[in-house]
Amino acid sequence: MSNKIIPWKNGIKDGIPIALGYFAVSFTFGIVANKAGMTPFQAVFMSAANLTSAGQFGALALIGTSATYLEMALTQLVINLRYCLMSCSLSQKFEAGAGWPHRFLVAFGVTDEIFGVSVCKEGKLNPFYNYGLMSVSIPGWMLGTFCGVVSGEILPARIISALSVALYGMFIAVIVPPAKGNKLLTGIISSSMLLSLLFAQIPILSQISQGFKIIILTVVIAGIAAILFPVKEAAHER
Amino acid sequence: MRGNTYLYILVMAGVTYMIRLIPLIFMRKEIRNVYLKSFLYYVPYVTLAVMTFPAILSATASLWSALAGFSVALILAYRGGSLFKVSILACLSVFIIELMV
Repeated sequence: MSNKIIPWKNGIKDGIPIALGYFAVSFTFGIVANKAGMTPFQAVFMSAANLTSAGQFGALALIGTSATYLEMALTQLVINLRYCLMSCSLSQKFEAGAGWPHRFLVAFGVTDEIFGVSVCKEGKLNPFYNYGLMSVSIPGWMLGTFCGVVSGEILPARIISALSVALYGMFIAVIVPPAKGNKLLTGIISSSMLLSLLFAQIPILSQISQGFKIIILTVVIAGIAAILFPVKEAAHER
Repeated sequence: MRGNTYLYILVMAGVTYMIRLIPLIFMRKEIRNVYLKSFLYYVPYVTLAVMTFPAILSATASLWSALAGFSVALILAYRGGSLFKVSILACLSVFIIELMV
């Protein structure tokens, strides 16, 4: 029992910052969805079924212009392709005994945040940890959407602004500790941030969508790092 | 087009779920190739770093509050603070700076 309950509880604990950050983002999504003419039910349904911020914002724009279903499918594929990379990485963390049902369930919750937190966990991944993360962050995502659609004025702008850094704070808490005292990881993280900044500033590169930028930089930087600094067995398990 | 909103939602949900599911189903065995393994090991660090910076700088109402949140998060994370602590205190520092500005 305890190898299910304990990881689940840990997941809930680590999921709270995700839920707070999600609340802020989905609150904004709710406001936009309302402006786009969606009912509260439709907006919350979209959030529950998709769990993807960029994809959902993109979808609102497409629905607004009465796009075809094919356009919708292709746009989502492009915006969300990074999840494919994340699932590949996650697949290697799974406990050997984790069967099909767990893979189907965990897949539903592969978001930037849930991926980031679960993949950097030490040792093998217990799916119940992911369920813990999902069981607080998904309600946070849905609740934020609902509050945003129903009223943009429930929360003062200051609170939304402050909550907007919750997810970034969490990302930093995930990547910085393993990099401490590790020159290689420090170098990789710094160059990733630097190149990301360049991509945002250089005129031609800044036109690339956020989703593609993440894919390009991840493939290039992680690829170069893997060739130059292949990881030894022991290091991989940390 | 209102009537089709649910179909749109189902289409996007289906595509997004498949993107997430397919690698988890087809990559069941442990990868032995050291380069591929290393690549997948580095992926999260690069992805999260790219997503965080410089996006965090424009996430809040002002650059200064964002910088405060960023610095607080870096320092606390370096000292080994938990996800929750780092995240909440970053939010709090943004809130305080925005009250002052």
